[in-house]
Amino acid sequence: MDSEMDGAERYDYDLIVIGGGSGGMACAKESAMQGAKVALFDFVKPSTQGTKWGLGGTCVNVGCVPKKLMHYGALLGGKLHHDAAKYGWQVGKDVKHDWATLVQTVQNHVKSLNFSYRSGLRVANVTYINALAKFTSPHHITYTLKGKEPTTVSGHYFLIATGGRPQIPPESEVPGALELSITSDDIFSLKRPPGKTLVVGASYIALECAGFLTELGFPVTVAVRSILLRGFDRQCSEKVGEMMFNLGTRFKMQVTPKRMSKTPDGQVEVAFSNGDVEAFDTVLYATGRHADTKGLGLDKAGLKTAANGKFECVHEQTNVPHIFAVGDVLFGKPELTPVAIQAGEILARRLFAQSEARMDYENVPTTIFTPFEYGCVGISEEIAIERYGENDIETYLFEFMPLELAAAHREKHPQACTSEMDVDLPPPCLAKLVCVSSLGERVMGFHYVGQNAGEMTQGFALAVRLGAKKHDFDTLVGIHPTDAESFTAMTVTRGSGESWVATGGCGGGKCG
Amino acid sequence: MAPIAILAAILFCNVAASNVEEMAAGHEAHVTNNKSTCPHSFVEDTQTLAKAKHPTSKESDVVSDEVQGAVIGGIIGGKNGSAGAVGGAMHGTGGAMYGGLMGSSGTATSAAPLSRYDLVVIGGGSGGMAAAKEAAKLGKRVALFDYPSPQGTTWGIGGTCLNVGCIPRKLMHYAALIGASFYDARLLGWQLPDVRGQGHSGIAHDWGQLVKFVRNKVRQLRFSYGNALRSYGNSLTYVNALARFESAGVIEYENPSSGETQKLTADKVLIAVGGRPNIPEDIPGAVEHDITSDDIFTLDRPPGRTLVVGAGYIALETAGFLNEINFDVSVAVRSVVLRGFDRQCAEKIAQLMAEVGVRFMYSVTVGSITKKQPDESGLPSLEVELRSRDGNIVTEVYNTVLFATGRTPETASLGLDAVGVKYDAQTSKIAVNDVEQTSVPNVYAVGDCIPQLELTPVAVRAGEVLARRLYGGSTEKMDYEMVPTTVFTPFEYGSVGLSEEQAVKKYGKDAIETFLLEVETAHTDPPALSRLAHSSAPLLTHFEDLELSGVHRPKVATARSDGFDIFLSASNLSKLVCLRNENNRVVGFHYVGRNAGEVTQGFALALRLGATKSDFDRMLGIQPTDAESFSGLTVTRRSGESFVAAGGCGGGRCG
Repeated sequence: MDSEMDGAERYDYDLIVIGGGSGGMACAKESAMQGAKVALFDFVKPSTQGTKWGLGGTCVNVGCVPKKLMHYGALLGGKLHHDAAKYGWQVGKDVKHDWATLVQTVQNHVKSLNFSYRSGLRVANVTYINALAKFTSPHHITYTLKGKEPTTVSGHYFLIATGGRPQIPPESEVPGALELSITSDDIFSLKRPPGKTLVVGASYIALECAGFLTELGFPVTVAVRSILLRGFDRQCSEKVGEMMFNLGTRFKMQVTPKRMSKTPDGQVEVAFSNGDVEAFDTVLYATGRHADTKGLGLDKAGLKTAANGKFECVHEQTNVPHIFAVGDVLFGKPELTPVAIQAGEILARRLFAQSEARMDYENVPTTIFTPFEYGCVGISEEIAIERYGENDIETYLFEFMPLELAAAHREKHPQACTSEMDVDLPPPCLAKLVCVSSLGERVMGFHYVGQNAGEMTQGFALAVRLGAKKHDFDTLVGIHPTDAESFTAMTVTRGSGESWVATGGCGGGKCG
Repeated sequence: MAPIAILAAILFCNVAASNVEEMAAGHEAHVTNNKSTCPHSFVEDTQTLAKAKHPTSKESDVVSDEVQGAVIGGIIGGKNGSAGAVGGAMHGTGGAMYGGLMGSSGTATSAAPLSRYDLVVIGGGSGGMAAAKEAAKLGKRVALFDYPSPQGTTWGIGGTCLNVGCIPRKLMHYAALIGASFYDARLLGWQLPDVRGQGHSGIAHDWGQLVKFVRNKVRQLRFSYGNALRSYGNSLTYVNALARFESAGVIEYENPSSGETQKLTADKVLIAVGGRPNIPEDIPGAVEHDITSDDIFTLDRPPGRTLVVGAGYIALETAGFLNEINFDVSVAVRSVVLRGFDRQCAEKIAQLMAEVGVRFMYSVTVGSITKKQPDESGLPSLEVELRSRDGNIVTEVYNTVLFATGRTPETASLGLDAVGVKYDAQTSKIAVNDVEQTSVPNVYAVGDCIPQLELTPVAVRAGEVLARRLYGGSTEKMDYEMVPTTVFTPFEYGSVGLSEEQAVKKYGKDAIETFLLEVETAHTDPPALSRLAHSSAPLLTHFEDLELSGVHRPKVATARSDGFDIFLSASNLSKLVCLRNENNRVVGFHYVGRNAGEVTQGFALALRLGATKSDFDRMLGIQPTDAESFSGLTVTRRSGESFVAAGGCGGGRCG
């Protein structure tokens, strides 16, 4: 990208990375491996509740990693409460959960990762500086180490990878919210059990937190302003919500909190837009995240951002040609760890290894780790219809109960039972392929709600990238008995009017 | 009255199938005259159940022909048969119910002309049922003979997979996984006791409950399979009888109610009789005292101290789940574990099993089995003479000896020689061409009785594809290449394509590039760090998944080499075998770890589409999963590099 590497000699570093999360570290290490001299700045501003953490960014500290561990703990709860006794384990009724033990195990693991990331940077020869960096000119930044004078260093290239942080509405919008609510920045290290919890928002973070708290045994209410999981496939999003409701999560639809105050016994009393007033032990906001780009001295570098603080980039390049951005600060790109990592690595090779490869932001698979997970790659049915027209879309559907859960006859939470007879959990798994007829039934959208959706979706994501057609799915032989094999035998289309809910059966398979 | 009771039960189940506990045996059918030949009676007794659950039903002194007649009526008579039963119009004569079988006339006299079927399927397992249903769907008249076991261990429709294979095995596997997760659960806050003397799990397990539970699920599924068959009405006739060839176009069988020999003509015949476990007749005591996978899922007492003989996937799966549900398990391995699978992965599986408590005895065979007085808990005591290759003989006592040393097709009684259907004299496998046709042109075979992959989905697909070729104008052949499979050991092993050894053999060592992932978890606790420092396995390509590295599962004491060696080895192994001169096209995908079955399925599709290594590299991971490990494989076996990533977030890279 820049062949005049000799110019770099005038600078302290070939590359200065601001932000030690997934994208920043990946780019820093790859650049160093290609021979560049690299400095990486990481500094964690405390959350509104004062929570701080170590190197590694959102994913490791307050994102995917602790979330997945809590999700795993929560799934075990489901197994202990519903399945274990039926499968012969004498676990006794109503196994209790201790929040503090969970937090300790999770935090121990997070700290071990912080440690390994520091040594990873050291091994890669990246200079790690634990300080907040600010631009003072397009090629200079200044930082202050604790108890030291400010220092200025220069760089040839810069990468901004500061990620995002959760938002809580200001005092002027929802009085009390900022002071009395926590966010995903706080929940994974919360010292006290969350107790009765209100989750505000219906983003994937909101639903994931509500999901694991429900399965851990806390009474959880989700306040939804409009719809669940905006941007995702509607049918699957609603399925995720329906299954959470069946497991005991309460949903308050079309409401927002208006006001919060502390009750004498320490609870948070929330007044909702519909007039309801209810007290909770914990209020968790998950209504969105903002890019953490304020305070970087952007104007000194001549950097421009969109209204939401994100950078509108072309191939990760900002409006200032030698300053780049990856990860959650990119405008209009998926906020996902593997995306940030790959973009960072590819960028490093473009900058320092004469590569011309570009990051491909299409067909990125993702999974929401709600109790029944939702994995997808490609486009939703709605977008497919918008893009290709309803007549050109064929949607294949199959809904079923996994073998292991079918055998255990899992029951619904009482709130979801309409009568004494209506106790069985409905089939939690939904397999869905969105195909374009005029392209030979090419699969443009793969969607799966069910256990292990994350593990299952990955391989299919590769197949979808390779242009898999419905016929290819049909000639694939299943692995029996799995849930994934459901995709090898889908015959019912939405247009057919037939029921796509499996009768009897052995999970995703076809044994008879 | 018994038939009515059974049919009533069937109807009852229609209304409340979930209440299988209350359900009589569905359409399970016994072949009573053979039952006595079964060495073990771990068998559901239709009669007893019918009596127990329906005390008003009149006692009959045999598990009668009437029952069978009624059962068949329930299947083949469809709604009419059931309605008749409810109306009390049915008198329990099997012959009457055979009306459905013998044609619309409803008469079944020996003087009647032979009924003609487009397709006769012999074997009511996965492949047979799939072909029968597909043919019926295509408008053909089909008879499906479900093949009762000559050894007398009886079950119902559904064949191996449903009754004594994948389904009960996966359920017991799930029970085992729950047991293995108690350790994790405690660390993640669940207040479970950890009781000494209750195996590795620390929680007592009730084998009887598990068996009852699994049996109920199997019975319920069997019932739904019966319903599915019944839904084809007169197009599909189900007969629970042993069929044999009189000629290539005439099938004879004993009417299960009257006992008389009957015949029907078949335009085409499909053999799908599957296989049964081998029982070594040359080992003294084996036939009398051993059990097989046919018996374990219904064993009416806890297995106790168990010896599994064999090291194929059935042996290891069985040893794996028994170990996790608190039993003391040893495996006698004659030569290697999981022959035919990728060596590195197979050995990884055995290593992990040893670390969670399974005892492996290599180069060991069984000399004899002698029954002794039951032990103090009332379980059988079997004295087993074990012979090692170097001539040592030791005697050990077990409560259960399970043989899993291979399976053989059940073709002996079919009369294949008489019609000239060729089969391998050694293996009994029926020879077929690439359209599943045997040496006799109108006779076909699918499933475990042909020399192909012995997998349910393969049999199902082959049966369907065959039916479509025969009756639906299709030309599509069954593609036996790139078929994925998974071994459901405690840590599962999923694969598709070639093993590294097969690839090297087929293409030559220089043509193969094997990509491996090594991510060692960074433990910050001193013992683990010490272990890391002393790690001398540079090319072992393991990572530990996030959830397990979060809790540091321990090894059992017997698998520890020293005081620092306390944690389970990395639980995951990801491996791609590629062809160098074809742009590193991936010809082998191998994965050891949790949920390998679910992980492997999608990648199997990608391999079928010709995925290359760079396609894998460009694929973005799903964070944090184990499956995402395949998006970042950088180390090749050829490079000789040791790549120890300080990872720790499972298959992914967080930083």
